[in-house]
Amino acid sequence: MIHSLFVINSSGDVFMEKHWKSVIHRSVCDYFFDAQRKVSSPEDIPPVIATPHHYLISIYRSQLFFVAITQSEAPPLFVIEFLHRVVDIIEDYFGDCTEFLIKEHYVVVYELLDEMLDNGFPLATESNILKELIKPPNILRTIANTVTGKSNLSHTLPTGQLSNIPWRRTGVKYTNNEAYFDVIEEVDAIIDKSGSVVFAEIQGYIDCCIKLSGMPDLSLTFINPRLFDDVSFHPCVRFRRWESERILSFVPPDGNFRLMSYHIGAQNVVAIPLYVKHSISFKETGGGRLDITIGPKQTMGKMVENVVVEIPMPKTVLNVTLTPTQGKYTFDPVSKNMVWEIGRIEAGKLPNIRGHISVQTGSSGPEANPIISIQFTISQLAVSGLKVNRLDMYGEKYKPFKGVKYLTKNGRFQVRT
Amino acid sequence: MTDAKYFTTTKKGEIFELKSELNSDKKEKKKEAVKKVIASMTVGKDVSALFPDVVNCMQTDNLELKKLVYLYLMNYAKSQPDMAIMAVNTFVKDCEDPNPLIRALAVRTMGCIRVDKITEYLCEPLRKCLKDEDPYVRKTAAVCVAKLHDINAQLVEDQGFLDQLRDLLSDSNPMVVANAVAALSEINETSSSGQTLIEMNAQAVNKLLTALNECTEWGQVFILDSLANYTPKDDREAQSICERITPRLAHANAAVVLSAVKVLMKFMEMMGNDTEFVTSLTKKLAPPLVTLLSSEAETQYVALRNINLIVQKRPDILKQEMKVFFVKYNDPIYVKLEKLDIMIRLASQANIAQVLAELREYATEVDVDFVRKAVRAIGRCAIKVEQSAERCVSTLLDLIQTKVNYVVQEAIVVIKDIFRKYPNKYESIISTLCENLDTLDEPEARASMIWIIGEYAERIDNADELLESFLEGFHDENTQVQLQLLTAIVKLFLKRPTETQELVQQVLSLATQDSDNPDLRDRGFIYWRLLSTDPAAAKEVVLAEKPLISEETDLLEPTLLDELICHIGTLASVYHKPPSAFVEGKTAVRKQLPPRQNSVGSAEEASSGSPPAPGQPTDEQQPTVIPVADNLIGDLLSLDISAPSTYQAPIPSQPQPVANTAAMDLLGGGLDSLLSDTSAPAGITSAPPVSSSGLLGDIFGIGNVTPFYTPAKQVWLPAARGKGLEISGTFTRRNGQIYMEMTFSNKAMQAMTSFAIQFNKNSFGLSPAQSLQVQGPLQPNGSVDSSLPINTKGPVQKMEPLTNLQVAIKNNVDVFYFSCLVPLHVLCMEDGMMDKRVFLATWKDIPAQNEVQYTIENVNYTADQVSSKLQNNNIFTIAKRNVEGQDMLYQSLKLTNGIWVLAELKIQPGNINLILSLKSRAMEVASGVHQTFELILHN
Repeated sequence: MIHSLFVINSSGDVFMEKHWKSVIHRSVCDYFFDAQRKVSSPEDIPPVIATPHHYLISIYRSQLFFVAITQSEAPPLFVIEFLHRVVDIIEDYFGDCTEFLIKEHYVVVYELLDEMLDNGFPLATESNILKELIKPPNILRTIANTVTGKSNLSHTLPTGQLSNIPWRRTGVKYTNNEAYFDVIEEVDAIIDKSGSVVFAEIQGYIDCCIKLSGMPDLSLTFINPRLFDDVSFHPCVRFRRWESERILSFVPPDGNFRLMSYHIGAQNVVAIPLYVKHSISFKETGGGRLDITIGPKQTMGKMVENVVVEIPMPKTVLNVTLTPTQGKYTFDPVSKNMVWEIGRIEAGKLPNIRGHISVQTGSSGPEANPIISIQFTISQLAVSGLKVNRLDMYGEKYKPFKGVKYLTKNGRFQVRT
Repeated sequence: MTDAKYFTTTKKGEIFELKSELNSDKKEKKKEAVKKVIASMTVGKDVSALFPDVVNCMQTDNLELKKLVYLYLMNYAKSQPDMAIMAVNTFVKDCEDPNPLIRALAVRTMGCIRVDKITEYLCEPLRKCLKDEDPYVRKTAAVCVAKLHDINAQLVEDQGFLDQLRDLLSDSNPMVVANAVAALSEINETSSSGQTLIEMNAQAVNKLLTALNECTEWGQVFILDSLANYTPKDDREAQSICERITPRLAHANAAVVLSAVKVLMKFMEMMGNDTEFVTSLTKKLAPPLVTLLSSEAETQYVALRNINLIVQKRPDILKQEMKVFFVKYNDPIYVKLEKLDIMIRLASQANIAQVLAELREYATEVDVDFVRKAVRAIGRCAIKVEQSAERCVSTLLDLIQTKVNYVVQEAIVVIKDIFRKYPNKYESIISTLCENLDTLDEPEARASMIWIIGEYAERIDNADELLESFLEGFHDENTQVQLQLLTAIVKLFLKRPTETQELVQQVLSLATQDSDNPDLRDRGFIYWRLLSTDPAAAKEVVLAEKPLISEETDLLEPTLLDELICHIGTLASVYHKPPSAFVEGKTAVRKQLPPRQNSVGSAEEASSGSPPAPGQPTDEQQPTVIPVADNLIGDLLSLDISAPSTYQAPIPSQPQPVANTAAMDLLGGGLDSLLSDTSAPAGITSAPPVSSSGLLGDIFGIGNVTPFYTPAKQVWLPAARGKGLEISGTFTRRNGQIYMEMTFSNKAMQAMTSFAIQFNKNSFGLSPAQSLQVQGPLQPNGSVDSSLPINTKGPVQKMEPLTNLQVAIKNNVDVFYFSCLVPLHVLCMEDGMMDKRVFLATWKDIPAQNEVQYTIENVNYTADQVSSKLQNNNIFTIAKRNVEGQDMLYQSLKLTNGIWVLAELKIQPGNINLILSLKSRAMEVASGVHQTFELILHN
């Protein structure tokens, strides 16, 4: 299974290594650097690299490379999933995953890694359990520890680890009992030149923040559960109930977690909340014009907000001189990225940007027109039409606060020009 | 107060300073010091000098300090084995601690100390922990066994830990079960014995399935992977396991999903394709696979590599999902390329318009590699979906108009392939292609263009000028281009001999006299000689019809595909190579898909009897593509443009008859006729150096090989028993197909008609591939030959002797029965050449009692002759060694039912008796194989 882990920053320094079996010298990372040299951007490094004696399986997140080394035939997805889990846990503990933060909390990270994997086999990867074993740092506790000489480590066995519900710790107590659900839908779409949809799908998530005392047993029902094309659940969800009654029945972990993710697209028609009118043209003689208008469409009367338009311009473009009717734009002459931050789209006033593109003299028009990618959010709307019907709680007597929020935002939303 | 402070030290002598802090009396100071040590260790600084001081801190009640010391120990014990012994006592004591957390921690750390001396002390505590009352300790101990095995395998076996581990498989706690499975699988993978440690039976499977529902996501992966090694006893059991596994497809962890897909794909193989269950399972598999594509890029990549296998095995699953494979511009390049590959695999007449529009879009992107592959993809679509060819060609022409250099070059390469697939259809575009001649600077594109000009020389008015322009820089060209130019000019000459004499002369002399590339020179000589001896033969050889290329060429070979399906989710599935090909020291038995099984009660199958079940896994997808054989004739046919690696030109394994005779005739020609030939350009009289004739002779020598050995016909059915019908026959094998050659003679007084044939069940499942063709009514005293192709998809029943085949022949008179023996070598497959390493491993792996020895007398051949004789009959020589003056040949053959036989042939010079040793897992075939050797070597 997983033999060693190296964490590498963007300038190519191995700033952390952890070995779960015998030590593998960090020179093994040279194979990784070789692969890195061959590609233009860090995202393009192949995730699985074979070397004469080892396999390097890597992920790229938060500008850091996490490179796992295996020696035997280990399932690569297993390793990739685990690495992502490591980053999730670090983010959960320290709020973010950066080189600075990891260095800041070296020993805790090292302890965490040691707790997460034993001999290459995952041991405890649930944040609930890890937090019982190794307390996340906070300023108060650090001060208290220094004064009293106590440590971050717990002396007791995490209670959840062996029960039938390993994701939940026992003895949870809150004065305010709350259960919040966020239904988040991301729209992935490719729209072609003429405005027709080449491909569209919705990737949805239900993230929860549950602070309930004791051992609550929840069931969540939807008004229209047939919408889903595919679902994947947190281990706490009872799959049989879902299969037979389409009810999400579960004993939740304590705190924040992702209850389910779902996928809509293949069979259902996906509503596209925005339309884009565009004309980008380059003349033979150099120079070109750009004119883009954005408008809402199928938003069920909800406001489209935080709209950002991003266009990676062709390499030959020197600069752009544009006038937006709303928001502001920036152009980075190095990466050739044009970003137009629009903000909210008001009804009846469609944001437009137009102007001139200057191109290197002597070069003819670029081979291809750029692709526009768009970011946006729409609050209080699940674009698929998904609606939570009700939430019931069994097993505990108190009445919790309940809340559901809906949010639609862009996934990879691309318009070809 | 953060850990970063551990790295800032202003004073010199850091180690010294730490040492004094470690030995401090104050607990707090000690702990801080250990933390500093650990921090230095994590960034790779060497702090091993502090070993004794750190170990001294181990005896403490403070759990955090203990943990930190343990962390240190694991890292450095190896380099300080003597010091590490000091820690043993503490471990032993900690294993008795009332706190299970400490017991588990101790047993966990113990296993990580990779020091031989220490391991012996650890056996007792480990044994206790394996039986600990607390499951947390038990599950930790299970992993510890795997660790110990890694350090000292013998010790683990001697101490009986493996049995204890097996007991844990039926533990009441699912997490313990999962860890035991994980530990056993890892031990299994690394152990040399190769014997399976987890004995899979219905009961064990049931336990695992129960644990599956309750253990952690990682445990689920381990359990699913080991379930994949189980072969259910019938399709009912397979179905019920599948039903219990299907919920895993909805797991949030991608690794769990993919492992579940593996088990399902494997077990589905046991059920009929048309059963309701398989249909519904097929539907259920698509959504989770699609969902994997919405996750992180790395996950997508692994998923895509696996989907690539799945769509080849079961195209139905994802045939509706083409759109999810459309490329987004900010996908990483490795994802883009994989998506493209799958798009082509899914392309069909129904969706081709959409696919082409997308590919057209990709061809204008900025990433050069991706654009090239997109252009190639258009070509592959044209070859795959015939109806789309026209549209593909026009798309390619559009792309050529963009004048983007690499797009044009790539387009020309694929257009060449389209010409190969649809000859005489799109030649009208040649003129457009020729316009771009000057811009081509890549060898492959140049070679392709030259091939096109040569192939269609008669339609291109200025073909000679064009080729001449290439000839100017002949020596600077890449070999590929040189070879192609040579062939193209020869083709041109054969088509328009009058105007191009000078040109051909020029290229021949360039190739033979001024080049030091042996391939080029040889080919030059051969053409020269062909042209000078017999231009008609040259025409037949050079301008012979070429086999069409087909889409299947870029598919994985079916047996490999089946093996890879068993490895879904593993590294093998990412590399598309069997684990034996790349995992170090991996000699494990190859995995195979389980054969289709019919449950006893399935009525329709039972009643329909003889017709073979549709699509048996191994037979149905019998490679339709002929194995690539690098033979001389294929070469001459100018098929050597290195086709894009994904689709290699299929070359028939047997030279085409026409070309073959032509080449043979030439042998007789010799040098004399070369000199006297009138049609030869004048310059040729200067003739190739005589020494080369030896070379040519050698090359043609290849044409002399004895073909496949077909035994003489024997009388199978005497006229007396056949009411006047006499049948004599034999078996042979051509192009990978078994044929039954029969002569029917009518010794009766009346004509015979309506012949039909049927086989009884037999050992190899032989059955007629088509109905018996006997020409016209068979007149009295007449006789007629018939050749019946035979496949191996029929029902199987073991016969005595093994090669016995019972045949029934019917005609208008009566039904006759006879039996005959099938010579075993017609059952030897063309792909019976085992990889050297696999051979070695298999030879060792087969126990000695499965070896038999025979003596073959009176053989007067050298080792090489023996080898080539056997090779012609699909008995392949893998290696030849000379041991103490004896030649040893190591050979392998594979029978149609997948049985491998390994042979060692000992040949002593001067001794006419050979010694043959055979090894196989199925020894029943040995005597048959021996007879085959006798038969081949004595004929």
